[in-house]
Amino acid sequence: MNEKVRLMRKIKEYDFALKELNLYLDTHPNCRRALALFKKYKDLRKKAVDEYISQFGPISPEQSNDDQYWSWIGDPWPWERR
Amino acid sequence: MWQYEKKLQYPVNIKNPNAKLAKAIISQLGGPDGELAASLRYLNQRYVMPYGEVKGILTDIGTEELAHVEMISAILYQLTKDLTIDEIKAQGFDTYFVDHTTGLYPIAASGAPFTATYFQSKGDVITDLNEDMAADDAHT
Repeated sequence: MNEKVRLMRKIKEYDFALKELNLYLDTHPNCRRALALFKKYKDLRKKAVDEYISQFGPISPEQSNDDQYWSWIGDPWPWERR
Repeated sequence: MWQYEKKLQYPVNIKNPNAKLAKAIISQLGGPDGELAASLRYLNQRYVMPYGEVKGILTDIGTEELAHVEMISAILYQLTKDLTIDEIKAQGFDTYFVDHTTGLYPIAASGAPFTATYFQSKGDVITDLNEDMAADDAHT
């Protein structure tokens, strides 16, 4: 597995955890255990995303740091087979 | 507002095109229990909800359903890519292809186009949450 795929898989794993905690917290806003887990996975996600962006480019347009060419439009798009 | 992220919620990498399968799976995009109906149901119902818990969860689930729309669409795109005309006819995809080629268009497996009649929005928290549980096949 190459580094790009490995990092993206990590990000998706953290996103999954964060999404489920998000939905749980919506109806259990006082749960300190869930709040602590949310912060934990948020930090892990930030590290993984920063690393991904620095090596492979933006996941969202506002993360772009291009000077020469707008790399946002580069292939592959998410629905395209690898 | 919404912010796009250039990634699928879960990866989709289909090796073999299969238009016959796509004809069934398309209901999960534009059918009565599809992701599009789910997303629009939650995102329309949320405005008049009286509690933060409900405004929050309808916003966040409605948003997640949009990610599901994209995954189902990726499946459909990959299942119908690079088909020959003979394969399109043999797999019964010609009835779709004549109107849309391989462009994505939200319909039910029956061919009925997507319609807002697939969901309700009644402005009442109990009524709408019951509709949501029925739509999501949830049990209390």
